[in-house]
Amino acid sequence: MIQTNPGRKDEGILRSLDWFTLFIFVALLGMGWMSVCGASYDFEEGTQLLDFGSRSGMQMIWILTSLLLGTVILCIDERIVESFSYIIYIGFLALLLVTPFLAHDIKGSLSWIKIGTFSIQPAEFAKFGTALCIAKVISSFDLRLEKWRDLVISSVIVLVPMGLIIMQKETGSALVYLAFFFMFYREGMAGSILFSGAAAVFYFVVGIRYADEPLWGIAQIGMGEFLVLAAIHIFSSVMMWVYTPLRGPFVRVLLIGTSIYMFAVLFCKYLFPFDICWVQWTVLAAMVVYLFYLALRDRLLSYAMIAIFAIASTGFFYSVDYVLNEVMQRHQQTRVRVLLGLEDDPRGAGYNVIQAKIAIGSGGLNGKGFLNGTQTKLKYVPEQDTDFIFCTVGEEEGFVGCTLVLVLFLLLILRLIHLAERQPLRFGRIYGYCVLSILMFHVFINVGMVLGLTPVIGIPLPFFSYGGSSLWGFTILLFIFLRIDAARNRMLH
Amino acid sequence: MLTERNYELGKRRYVLGAIAFAIVFVYILRLFSLQLLSDDFRRNADSNAFMRRIQYPARGGISDRNGKLVVYNQPAYDIMVVMKEQEGIDTVDLCNALGITREWYERRMDEIRDRNRNPGYSSYTEQLFMSQLSTEEFSAFQEKLFRFPGFSVQKRSIRQYTMPYAAHVLGDVGEVSPSDIEADSYYRSGDYIGKLGIERFYEKQLRGEKGVEILLRDARGRIKGKYQNGKMDCAPEPGRNLTLSLDMDLQALGERLMKGKKGAIVAIEPATGEVLCMVSSPTYDPRKMVGRQRGVNSVRLYRDPAQPLLNRAIMGLYPPGSTFKTSQGLTFMQEGILSPTKTSYPCSHGFRCGGMKVGCHGHPAPLPLVPSIATSCNGYFCWGLYYMLGNRRKYKTVQDAMTTWKDYMVSMGFGYKLGIDLPGEKRGMIPNADYYDKAYGKDWTGLSVISIAIGQGEVLLTPLQIANLCATIANRGWFITPHVVKHIQDEQLDTLYTARRYTKVHPSYYRYVVEGMRKAVTGGTCRGADTPMYEVCGKTGTAQNPHGRDHSAFMGFAPMDKPRIAVCVYVENGGFGAHFGVPIGALMMEQYINGKLSKASMAKAETFENRHTISISKADDTD
Repeated sequence: MIQTNPGRKDEGILRSLDWFTLFIFVALLGMGWMSVCGASYDFEEGTQLLDFGSRSGMQMIWILTSLLLGTVILCIDERIVESFSYIIYIGFLALLLVTPFLAHDIKGSLSWIKIGTFSIQPAEFAKFGTALCIAKVISSFDLRLEKWRDLVISSVIVLVPMGLIIMQKETGSALVYLAFFFMFYREGMAGSILFSGAAAVFYFVVGIRYADEPLWGIAQIGMGEFLVLAAIHIFSSVMMWVYTPLRGPFVRVLLIGTSIYMFAVLFCKYLFPFDICWVQWTVLAAMVVYLFYLALRDRLLSYAMIAIFAIASTGFFYSVDYVLNEVMQRHQQTRVRVLLGLEDDPRGAGYNVIQAKIAIGSGGLNGKGFLNGTQTKLKYVPEQDTDFIFCTVGEEEGFVGCTLVLVLFLLLILRLIHLAERQPLRFGRIYGYCVLSILMFHVFINVGMVLGLTPVIGIPLPFFSYGGSSLWGFTILLFIFLRIDAARNRMLH
Repeated sequence: MLTERNYELGKRRYVLGAIAFAIVFVYILRLFSLQLLSDDFRRNADSNAFMRRIQYPARGGISDRNGKLVVYNQPAYDIMVVMKEQEGIDTVDLCNALGITREWYERRMDEIRDRNRNPGYSSYTEQLFMSQLSTEEFSAFQEKLFRFPGFSVQKRSIRQYTMPYAAHVLGDVGEVSPSDIEADSYYRSGDYIGKLGIERFYEKQLRGEKGVEILLRDARGRIKGKYQNGKMDCAPEPGRNLTLSLDMDLQALGERLMKGKKGAIVAIEPATGEVLCMVSSPTYDPRKMVGRQRGVNSVRLYRDPAQPLLNRAIMGLYPPGSTFKTSQGLTFMQEGILSPTKTSYPCSHGFRCGGMKVGCHGHPAPLPLVPSIATSCNGYFCWGLYYMLGNRRKYKTVQDAMTTWKDYMVSMGFGYKLGIDLPGEKRGMIPNADYYDKAYGKDWTGLSVISIAIGQGEVLLTPLQIANLCATIANRGWFITPHVVKHIQDEQLDTLYTARRYTKVHPSYYRYVVEGMRKAVTGGTCRGADTPMYEVCGKTGTAQNPHGRDHSAFMGFAPMDKPRIAVCVYVENGGFGAHFGVPIGALMMEQYINGKLSKASMAKAETFENRHTISISKADDTD
């Protein structure tokens, strides 16, 4: 049927296309549209769902145009797209650069450009440009991400658009670019870097969340500090187990350290309370010295790296306070504090999170039914048809609906991993991992914030949130990969 | 260009897959706990989105036995506030608009937030800020209402009274107290509840049932229509109307006659037990207990040393004096202690026995029962009780005799609450054997307690109980529990108020007492009550009062054979029964039986209105 180039021995796209992914895509679009209907429906006026003046009607237009766009992409030869990678990337960089000057301020964000009656958000489209570019660079120059030099080059390609988006005051959209590090990991970046990142988030969250709570009723010990220092100790021990050959030092560090902590805590509780962090510092210092000794004795750099990890972790933890108070913007500080449960004024910054939880929680097992949700329609949940769209799913479709949506996303991501891994070319695989990493990050943050588990970072839920830019952006991202995948067998002919 | 297959890196797909799987798994667990484990969110959502606007029912009206409207409802306006929504308003502006001071505003806000005083407090629901604005005050405020988000006006109705009488019977309504809210979940802060009188006793009938209108409210508090088009709404059920058994004309006369005196008048229709009037003096104007002046006035009444809030008719405990002798005669006849026609007891200016003396006024002696009642002979009844308590053939011990005596008294409605449909009724005091055992040790005789035979000593009755005794005699042996409500709209009266209660004395003995009471009027102590218009029976009482002048008491009924009214008049420190009791009682009977007073009686009424036994109380000053 659609033969991009009849002269070549190409399979029909209808046969080589991954219908499973397409099916999930359509299913998500369908549920997404129902959610937008639910979120924008007005009880009083009883909106016509397909009236183009309404949000649901507009969303239907975006969905139909997305399908059209997807079809068009499937008709283009993926090699043309690949060859245009750099141009697309540079074009988007230029667009991102000028956006703040063309944009008008929407709630402090300078990321929207008005074209006629529509506004588009270049940041949503820049993701696929970046994904194409990074896939092209890594595959063309055969970069090895195990190597620091190659990792830095790759990182720059990601960090440049990220920086430009931060300049548009769209921190949320910029953070999405961190998703590319999942792909870096797959392509060889050291797992310890990913692990360190996760550890940093852990220190940050636990350190601030429990900063002012006493441990086990002992006023002298701050729970946050104790937990983080103990975690640094345990993480270091685990790294010794993973990265060094000898079991003895690992067992020694783990057992001696934890038994000293337990003894000190019991001493504090029952004999004489004192600030236990001195003990922890001493233990950590002893561990670092021991690790350096092992590094010198066995001539093994890993020990030194672990020691550096422990030192850096401790330094990071004690600078978190500084970061929170000095580096972050005021509203971000509040959001972080609210997320961590440190502020709970229902009409203040925590309002969104609380109302979101109420809306979802009130859905119960089966939900209130299509268009029957009260919380979303009566505008208790802010951004109800964009960032907080998952609330509508929760309220109207209940636990069953939410689980279905999450499982569909999981299936999509697992399917995309499978598709990426079957790519004959590194370009295809990298691009595939970019797509699935971005989707995973969006779902993780968006659903997490609605459930009160991750910070309230304003990024859309793929295929659900109202709006043409994000829907088109995700469609392009996904369909280019489907097109690449459809051509995977070409090389074998 | 083909990539080399790096087995180690290829395994990393599983790490990424596992991360995705872990995220979804954790999120599903979280959804499980949010959506399935707790019901709080659903309730939260409902309280968010559903505004339950209470529809207040009209409180039942009250009219008298002749259909005259006594209590009705008048619109008033309450200012309500939702604390969460009122933040940031211009309080100075608000205070000016409502004519209140800044301090009052602050104090009221603190009161609303104080969960001890306001247990049902929630910052998301309407709280009463200011109550009972008049229509004029309300219309002035309404124009500015839009400037004060969070404030709203709730139309309520307050009680209003057509006449200034019967305050003690009618009672009043007031804002519910924290304990009311705890006791009955029907009430919410700011609701009204009957506080005294029948407003309290018949609260459930009068209040009706609140209705509720469920409205959808958006996040900014705007109403977005009715939930499910009003299918779940519930209309208020208006309160039931009450018909009093009181005759307001009689009540008005009674209150007039009791001006400047402490005491009570209770009149009962013997055939039905319906209370025709219940006067307690000093009294107050029920209209003072409504509106925003209620607080000030109720404190003033509460502090008044004359205790105008005390309903003496059912709460005042008085020695019944000689009116009690009728019950004694009945008891002795039934017990066979004396024969109504054959037995006479001596009385030489009183009862003398074993060093004990109870004085009596001069009259021929010895006398049988009927003239003893007519002349109110102390000796006769003292001997009667003496012989009863001393009768060892019939009763093994004096205690047994006392117990028998007490049972007679209780059967006549003494010593326990009669069960009138008003709150706060007192039971009075009828001593029993235990009581005297404790007071005297086991060693006591009829002589020790002899003064109870003439309604003195330990015996205390309420005016209602005396009136009920009179009604029982008028009925010749039975009574119906007195009650002030004759009829409840669409509801049967409690059978307590329709069933006859017989005393332990056989009806056949009652005619002697009736005869004695008739003779008292025609030629005895109650001559002042005699009238050619109908046959009056009566009995005076002059109760000795250790604290001052004797109390003046009277009970009487008329007409003798078809009694329509039994009345008890009790005037504290009024002196002889004939002083105040008899003439006031006579006027009351005339008013009720004839429906009006004759010219001569009107003049008499005016005289008694102006004869005071106490200085006029402050509460009356302000009329």
